[in-house]
Amino acid sequence: MALNASRNDLASGAIFVALGGYFALEALRYEFGTPFRMGPGFMPVVLGGILVALGVAVAAKGMGKPDAEAPAPWPWRGILLVLGTILFFAATIRGLGFVPVVLISGLATALSSSRNSLLSALVISVGLCVLCMLIFVVGLGLLVPWIGPWLRF
Amino acid sequence: MDLISSLALGFSVALDPINILYCFIGVLLGTLVGVLPGIGPTATIAMLLPITFSLNAETALIMLAGIYYGAQYGGSTTAILINLPGESSAAVTAIDGYQMARQGRAGPALAAAAIGSFFAGSVATLLLAFFAPPLARAALNFGAPEYFSLIVLGLLVSIALAHGSILKALGMIVLGLLLGMVGQDIYTGTPRFTFGVRELFGGLNFVAVAVGVFGVAEILRNLENEKEREVGVTVVKNLWLTRDDVKRVIAPILRGTVLGSVLGVLPGGGHILSAFASYSAEKRLSKTPEQFGHGAIEGVAGPESANNAAAQTSFIPLMTLGIPAHPVMALMIGAFILQGITPGPNVINEQPALFWGIIASMWVGNLLLVILNLPLVGLWVKMLSIPYRVLFPAIVLFACIGTFSINQNIYDIYAIAFFGILGYLLIRFGCEPAPLLLGFVLGPLLEEHLRRAMIISRGDPMIFLHRPISATLLGLALLAVIIAVLPSIRKKRTEVFVEDD
Repeated sequence: MALNASRNDLASGAIFVALGGYFALEALRYEFGTPFRMGPGFMPVVLGGILVALGVAVAAKGMGKPDAEAPAPWPWRGILLVLGTILFFAATIRGLGFVPVVLISGLATALSSSRNSLLSALVISVGLCVLCMLIFVVGLGLLVPWIGPWLRF
Repeated sequence: MDLISSLALGFSVALDPINILYCFIGVLLGTLVGVLPGIGPTATIAMLLPITFSLNAETALIMLAGIYYGAQYGGSTTAILINLPGESSAAVTAIDGYQMARQGRAGPALAAAAIGSFFAGSVATLLLAFFAPPLARAALNFGAPEYFSLIVLGLLVSIALAHGSILKALGMIVLGLLLGMVGQDIYTGTPRFTFGVRELFGGLNFVAVAVGVFGVAEILRNLENEKEREVGVTVVKNLWLTRDDVKRVIAPILRGTVLGSVLGVLPGGGHILSAFASYSAEKRLSKTPEQFGHGAIEGVAGPESANNAAAQTSFIPLMTLGIPAHPVMALMIGAFILQGITPGPNVINEQPALFWGIIASMWVGNLLLVILNLPLVGLWVKMLSIPYRVLFPAIVLFACIGTFSINQNIYDIYAIAFFGILGYLLIRFGCEPAPLLLGFVLGPLLEEHLRRAMIISRGDPMIFLHRPISATLLGLALLAVIIAVLPSIRKKRTEVFVEDD
């Protein structure tokens, strides 16, 4: 698709507009107050408005100026596995416990690099698990069960 | 004089064996992350913040400070050996340092960088000791309007120094300010933008935001194009400077120290700017400018001195005003707060041992760094051969576990994922993450002081212009923006930052 505008500028402008719009609209539900006694909604409404305006300006500036470089390929595998791992970690650290969660997380993140084979990913995850256990649980006394309640019989 | 007894107190803290040990750990870690490209001091300090909670305040801050200036040293090693700045401020060092390495002069290049850094660091620390107390006294007279103007100045100067589009940098700051407002309103207690989640009432976790935007986003960025690093120089020998080298580096080191000390105080990344300023000054003053870019030792010694001097003096606004000059300093504020200390002009009087202890520890740390860097350079070269595919799973896991250990709050970890992807998208589309973090830290302060100032003035915004200090600060802020927008400077900025990151 031939697009006579900077993709980067349009996209970042859109992010600014979306986030600024969210903050401003949500903040309209809070008390606005007066300049003398500003309410909780004052700053977010003003700043949200500014952000929307900046977003529009960024997008407008990108019009007629296509990006010089072709965009880098999206690291889908990395995005999926790295973010998935973080979400998995948050969801299961209480239930599964430290050892299983760290093992699985380490394995999954290592696999997000196309340069890791299954074997090297396994080695990395076991190594990291031992390292993290030594640093955080033994060294710093992090209070978290090694094996969580979901796995106990 | 006062200064001497204060420094004596500082050294009694800094020379405590435990503190020396943690200072050593700090500079060692700093060098390590400085050497390894793809992980910088910001992400490291963010991850280690929770760990420092169990230490006492002096020890924790001495270690964190060590990581920061240690990274400035480490970054130069990578720049010289593999032409890749391990840390963004070392970008300039790579230009001539790598050429020297290719000509078999890696040893003298590393030595010039280390000696310059040591000298500049020591001198800048002395300046910090001299200028911080009077500045802190002046800052005690600051009221809400002055603080508001000061924060505005800090935010706007950070744009002038960020690279890329000014509009985008502004947008990132405003976004950061907005994110800083998540949580209960300070005056009325109204929960804002919390989606009704109780865990968000206290605001977004600073560490989660920092780790997401700097750590995770950077990893995703690196996964776009995976390539292995090549270590061109595997053996470094002959670390001694020749007599001719010594003669050539003295003046650049002195000039670099002065430039770095002055520019480091500026908010928003003075250490990067000062390295560049020093390089162009040396090139202009040199009798043989044609050597620059082809292995001129002046081009290594000057910028390295400048960025280390700046690294030390950037503590001045933090320790006297409680205003961070850049994201690492913002993390230091987080560390102070974690220890129950509000950074600002009161620290020097209420916590003299802490204040002078940190300053004194910088000398100790700089000395340790010279010892670490020159004899152990072989070790750092080996570190460079650790492949990234082993490194980044460790970063992700440390980030998750570290953040979780602060409050045992799983929403903080969800926040890492959210800010990781948001940060990645924004960086991909050409927005710098540093202003966002600065805005995030300063947002609540900005709002508090603005609202307080408006209550004092009964709703009249002219108060910011009627008070002389406040008006001056706002004037400087305006000047910073104008300078940043001027076409000639804009062109120079693009040149400065071509090789950045």
